[in-house]
Amino acid sequence: MDSRLVSDDHTYLSEQVRIAAKILVVGHFAVGKTTFIGTLSEIPPLRTEETMTRAGAHIDDLRGVQGKTTTTVAMDFGRLTLSDTLVLYLFGTPGQQRFVQVWEDMARGALGALLLVDPQRLEESFPVMDLVESYGIPYAVGVNYFDESERRPDDELREALDLLPDTPVVACDARDEASSAGALITLVKYLQTRTS
Amino acid sequence: MTTDGTGHESVDLVRPYVITNGQELPKGDEFELVTLVTAADGGARRAQLDPERRALVELCCGGYLSVAEIAGHIGLPIGVIRVLLSDLAGNGQIVTRNPVPTAQLTDIQVLQEVLDGLQTRFG
Repeated sequence: MDSRLVSDDHTYLSEQVRIAAKILVVGHFAVGKTTFIGTLSEIPPLRTEETMTRAGAHIDDLRGVQGKTTTTVAMDFGRLTLSDTLVLYLFGTPGQQRFVQVWEDMARGALGALLLVDPQRLEESFPVMDLVESYGIPYAVGVNYFDESERRPDDELREALDLLPDTPVVACDARDEASSAGALITLVKYLQTRTS
Repeated sequence: MTTDGTGHESVDLVRPYVITNGQELPKGDEFELVTLVTAADGGARRAQLDPERRALVELCCGGYLSVAEIAGHIGLPIGVIRVLLSDLAGNGQIVTRNPVPTAQLTDIQVLQEVLDGLQTRFG
């Protein structure tokens, strides 16, 4: 038997679930994506790999990499059952430009993205912002404060990140459930204003 | 044409394209990351499956899981899981509950449900 693969009843979705929604949690390396997902997920966060073997479209990227025809990239994700019929998946997405195939997969059908930024390393967020924008994914910015003393005024952050006026900026602590949920709620409310 | 159930010996450290019998990895359309999958009724032919496909069907016996979760539990890349799922769906061993088409359910409705759910759960 392969029951070793799963260990408890909460692994599976409820029978009535009909809608699976997807929100991306994006940001540069070590900004707190996995922590954020782990804080909110009802299941232990899972990690999976995307294999990029269909080199045809990206052959230039692979030229000169002798004998290397596949690349893998890990992504972490979690799950939140939000009603009898609705489940929300949070996908932590690596920010590297070269993982185009992963981004296409992630972006397909995504409602939006929460861009986590480290207030001490704002400039590292630019490549990820470029990617999110190039895929036309609406996003809110979650400023992940590990320490209250790091607090910076929103105006300063907005200017440093060169945000559009309507892009929400919300402070959060990825280790804290209420705070992380609040950031997600800010994002969803913003998404609502864009579709109404 | 299928060659299922033949020619598989030790599977411990084989490369993904071996597991998929060299099949081209399908595009993401059929099995998106959040497409929900479960095993079809009746497991009579399960014994004939190779170890990866059998593990996948057995995992799916417990209820619905997303494609991403299946990949996470089984420990194979998403692309490989897609090939296996595609095979198994063709054989009638797994069924999908497709994401509700956006034409039938607008983002506005989904967003409202997500918001209500988050506020109920964390409010």
